[in-house]
Amino acid sequence: MIEALASILILAGSTLTLIAAIGLQRFRDVFARMHVATKPASLGMALTLIGAVIAMAGFGHTTKLILVILFQFLTAPISAHLIGRATFRAGTEMDPETNFDELASRVGPRPRRSA
Amino acid sequence: MLQLSTTIALAALALAAALCIVRMIRGGSLPDRVLALDSLLVIIVMGLAVLAARTRQSLYLDIMVVASLLGFTGTTLVSGFIERRGAR
Repeated sequence: MIEALASILILAGSTLTLIAAIGLQRFRDVFARMHVATKPASLGMALTLIGAVIAMAGFGHTTKLILVILFQFLTAPISAHLIGRATFRAGTEMDPETNFDELASRVGPRPRRSA
Repeated sequence: MLQLSTTIALAALALAAALCIVRMIRGGSLPDRVLALDSLLVIIVMGLAVLAARTRQSLYLDIMVVASLLGFTGTTLVSGFIERRGAR
């Protein structure tokens, strides 16, 4: 029963990561890829690690795995935000089909460079 | 039960890592490569968790802590670099 629960959680996390990696190939520009690549960094990792917590009973193991989950939940949004900000301010071109630049009216024209 | 599911999960994670490496080589721009490297490290940490659940060895857990710390540091450094130098 415990093993079944752990298996379901681990399989859910790794399937989510696989879907995100497929999206990393199929989406068109950096911002769309960022949208898809930052989902498994928190949810997929949390599912897999909770599955591992359930599979490996023991206080020390649980503590380390929860530490990794907490750290990932702290840092994944920060690193995604940093990449997005740097990409936007460096003036990376968006795909013509994206056409959804909400910040353009607020920060003014930014330097246009080819990607 | 756990053996079978961890085998499937490891196969899925290996495929995802291969797709990330393809994106890293094909690139497009520098942020694409950084993003692919970031998700590759996430996949590596998840693979270590699956291995730890499969073999029940606690050695992998220490490596997971270090790998997730290193991934954050590297992404932060390179994004500062991109912001100063431009996405070439």
